[in-house]
Amino acid sequence: MPADLEPLHAAGRASLYPDRIKITVGMATCGLAAGADAVYEALSQRIKQRELDAVLVGTGCIGFCQQEPLVDVRLPGQGRVIYTQMTRPRARALVDHLAQTGTLPVDRAWAVIDQEESLVEDRVERFSRLPELSGVPAYSQQPFFASQRKIVLRNCGFVDPASCEEYVARGGYRALAGVLSEMTPQQVIDEVTRSGLRGRGGGGFSAGRKWQVARDVPGETKYVICNGDEGDPGAYMDRTVLESDPHSVIEGVIIGAYAIGAHQGYAYVRDEYPLAVERLTNALAQAEAHGLLGENILGSGFNFRLDLVRGAGAFVCGEETAMISSIEGGSGEPRPKPPYPAVAGLWGRPTVINNVKTFSTVPVIMARGGDWYAAVGAPGNTGTVVFSLVGQIANTGLVEVPLGMTLNDLLEGIGGGSGNGRAIKAVQTGGPSGGCLPARLFDMRITYEEMTSAGSIMGSGGMVVLDESACMVDVARYFLDFTTVESCGKCTACREGTGHLRAILTRITQGQGTPDDLALMEEVGQAVKAGSLCGLGQTAPNPALSTLRYFRDEYEAHVIEHRCPAGKCPVGA
Amino acid sequence: MPTIVVDGQTLTVPEGATVLQAIRQAGVHLPTLCYWEGLPPYGACRLCLVDVVSPKPDTIAACAYPAAEGMVIETQGPRATAVRKIVLEFLLARCPTWNVIRAMAAEAGVTETRFPASTKADELCVLCGLCVRICRDAVGAAAIGFIGRGPERQVGPPFHLQAEACIGCGACAAVCPTDAVKIEDVDGQRILHTWNTRVPLEPCPSCGQPYAPEPMAFLREHVEASQHLWGLCPACRRKAAAAQLEVIREATFHALR
Repeated sequence: MPADLEPLHAAGRASLYPDRIKITVGMATCGLAAGADAVYEALSQRIKQRELDAVLVGTGCIGFCQQEPLVDVRLPGQGRVIYTQMTRPRARALVDHLAQTGTLPVDRAWAVIDQEESLVEDRVERFSRLPELSGVPAYSQQPFFASQRKIVLRNCGFVDPASCEEYVARGGYRALAGVLSEMTPQQVIDEVTRSGLRGRGGGGFSAGRKWQVARDVPGETKYVICNGDEGDPGAYMDRTVLESDPHSVIEGVIIGAYAIGAHQGYAYVRDEYPLAVERLTNALAQAEAHGLLGENILGSGFNFRLDLVRGAGAFVCGEETAMISSIEGGSGEPRPKPPYPAVAGLWGRPTVINNVKTFSTVPVIMARGGDWYAAVGAPGNTGTVVFSLVGQIANTGLVEVPLGMTLNDLLEGIGGGSGNGRAIKAVQTGGPSGGCLPARLFDMRITYEEMTSAGSIMGSGGMVVLDESACMVDVARYFLDFTTVESCGKCTACREGTGHLRAILTRITQGQGTPDDLALMEEVGQAVKAGSLCGLGQTAPNPALSTLRYFRDEYEAHVIEHRCPAGKCPVGA
Repeated sequence: MPTIVVDGQTLTVPEGATVLQAIRQAGVHLPTLCYWEGLPPYGACRLCLVDVVSPKPDTIAACAYPAAEGMVIETQGPRATAVRKIVLEFLLARCPTWNVIRAMAAEAGVTETRFPASTKADELCVLCGLCVRICRDAVGAAAIGFIGRGPERQVGPPFHLQAEACIGCGACAAVCPTDAVKIEDVDGQRILHTWNTRVPLEPCPSCGQPYAPEPMAFLREHVEASQHLWGLCPACRRKAAAAQLEVIREATFHALR
């Protein structure tokens, strides 16, 4: 333990595991949307009324969004007990029970966290549980969590995102201290390369190779950018990480900056994520106050500033060159590559841009080693991937699984199927840049290559589940509507092409399509993919092309029989 | 100096040249809309798409792609040609009545479009961005810019009102490949119709005819040579220049005698 971190570590442990009752409310956006703030307020009032000796805090999202608001209760020395779907009356009853009996209620107790892993420190802490809770499943045995492997999400729902101390108490900034005191920048890059980590924004380019290019380009001034401009419909992975564990991202960015030789970085977060912005801002101030950012970090002589830039809402700003233009003060429009940003990026200087999740993985790789990380997942697709499971799925939530898992294990095993009695028909991955994969391919493994060859992409992690009630033509129309509006309009292929694809899909859903439209759609889709300037246009046709490939029968029903098999489209109108 | 192959022709191009510069150097005809020699490449019109055969097969925008040693380029490759033709169909639908686009498309064998014509039948602008870029990057005025995104994208002054930063130089009209920018000088004013902008003209100190945009008067301080000639309208300048020549001719004549 580096001496600088010791006081933080001690304070963090004291607040993570106090000698009093600790009540924790999941207060990421998912929890708040389900009413977590009202539950928190009710708990707070009741604790005062009953003069209960308890500490009440908020935490981030543990991932089980379906059952929010979640409230955990921990008795001193015992494992946390998770209570689901809390309401104000249930919150008050919980406090009453605690005050009256000094024990925990069994009712609505969904799981007991009887062991907590500190991944960075390679340490597992075990806790006892009350005998009356013996029938409650362990957290690690609940099907939703059992086959997950949490690396990016290691602290989400376990720490107070407003507390730097709690992050340190779970091994935070220890990797940074080790890197700065014991490793050369080249050693850091070698370790990341050895880990096999690929860009989690969806592109899947080797993080180590990208860093190497930026390091090798001559020049004093280099930059690091953390991409938190997540904007896919149905995707909220980056938001949750920033809201639940902002320090993990900051630590990863600092390590990346050290590796490439950058002294200035930018975290680009869309302003539609006010809570993520707030918590990251707070975490940046804490890191500066504790000497983890700024001049002479942890006494190492390394200087690095990290500033937050709020995105104004254009989806295309998630594209790296558009993001650079936006940070420079220009409008968010991409420019042709090469040169790649790693060679000439922000203000023409070598710039590494990685996703929030990529950076948040880095401290773990540094602490546990590249080989350790490479052993998780599949060869060539090492490590884990975070998905937001949404749509017609029983267990909506944020999950992290090893790469190489089958879609089936993810959707049925963790997701619990559609949960409404209807079969799952398809899953849309990668948002508007991805495609729809049909149920018959669910034995497919989740890897960058298999997703791409099936006509979708890994993407950043949005996973929209569609059951039999969905019309695939309508789904494609929805996504093309999104990309048409979000195209920046700079290049002809994307600006005009997405609009024409949307028009074709719209007339098909309105019963005015013809069989010729299907061939035209295919032709335009391929041209827009091949001819567009940036990643937005190059992937925008995917929802149309993949649904046409796998659900041609539905298209034919629309254009030949003028019938929508799912009964969604006004074809006969 | 990289050596590359364009349509079977081997040529050596200057260091730092783009693929499009190599194509032009090879004398291969490849019309474009958003490329202009005096400005950095932009990569927007997609009419310079060509196929890379080697080293790695790809379809690239030639204007922005650096020519690298050993590259083999086909301007009429199947993938690039297919995309260029669709792009021209897009442009025909966008500017259904505009002869400039019709001629350009016809040259590539595209005479009609399968896409519905724009509801704005008199659309002339293809959003190549040359006017915006020359105004911002070369003139330094940035009087006009892009407004909106996706299908809503258009070019104009802020809020479509009188462009306060416009100096009336007319560079936007000069570079426009589709003659979409309409400018005329009327009654002592330069009217930039497309930008809802009017700029007063200064009178010629010699003949009194209005001729130069007032906001450009600062140029006099920067142009030292023939200063008195630059201060005149074109007609007076011609007269003055001819008179000067006459003086020189006389002097030479006398000297030789």
